[in-house]
Amino acid sequence: MAGKMRVRASIKNGVTEVKALMSHPMETGLRKDTDGNPIPAHHITDVEVKLNDKVVLTAYWGGSVSQNPFLSFEINGGAPGDKLSIMWKDNKGESQTEEVTLK
Amino acid sequence: MTTTRRSFLKFGGAMLGTLATAALWPLQVFAARPDDAFKSKSMTDLEKLLGGTPTDSADIDFKTPDIAENGAVVPVSIESNIPGTSEIMILVEQNPNPLSAMFLIPEGTKPAVSTRIKVAQTSNLIAVVKANGKLYSSTKETKVTLGGCGG
Repeated sequence: MAGKMRVRASIKNGVTEVKALMSHPMETGLRKDTDGNPIPAHHITDVEVKLNDKVVLTAYWGGSVSQNPFLSFEINGGAPGDKLSIMWKDNKGESQTEEVTLK
Repeated sequence: MTTTRRSFLKFGGAMLGTLATAALWPLQVFAARPDDAFKSKSMTDLEKLLGGTPTDSADIDFKTPDIAENGAVVPVSIESNIPGTSEIMILVEQNPNPLSAMFLIPEGTKPAVSTRIKVAQTSNLIAVVKANGKLYSSTKETKVTLGGCGG
């Protein structure tokens, strides 16, 4: 799970469009491997998006969000130089944060 | 209206639940994932945990594919035109755990999200929107030709 999160944020007509692609197996915990042993759950549970330290979106996810989750949404406002950060946390306590500067 | 003890208790419980959620979530956002709701295996239980049965609404723009060739990656997009939208949820009726994702929308963020989810088998997909403490929903069926949770 060493993949990097890809975040794209662009300002259009006073609205900041955010698109993120996270790198995560999103294992539900319900599947079995070829030997019939259950594959333990390993999925993102929490996502927090901040624009200059203000939370602009919080997401809670179950294992049924697709592998390598995609997320897209829009924020009113945002100016060049603003910092947008996305952080996720999974059920094993792993986390990843990616920050981009708005242009 | 006659108030029986049972209905009174139910009402009180529901109110307490609403108050507790309303009070808790904005404050400690990250600590408040409703794990029970995500673990819930039935729509009935889930609705109880979410605070009731949502009302159908035409003000939710819910985009889903009619047919998904690959249930493991089903693009969904929800936009709420209901004023005061504070939460958006995605439910898959036939999944082992129907609740797939929940989004908290603070003021200043558009009540619109897109993501990709797994759909185990042909199922109703339900977008649930919480606005001013009330639940609204929009339902679409997606036919799945290849399941999303198989081994």
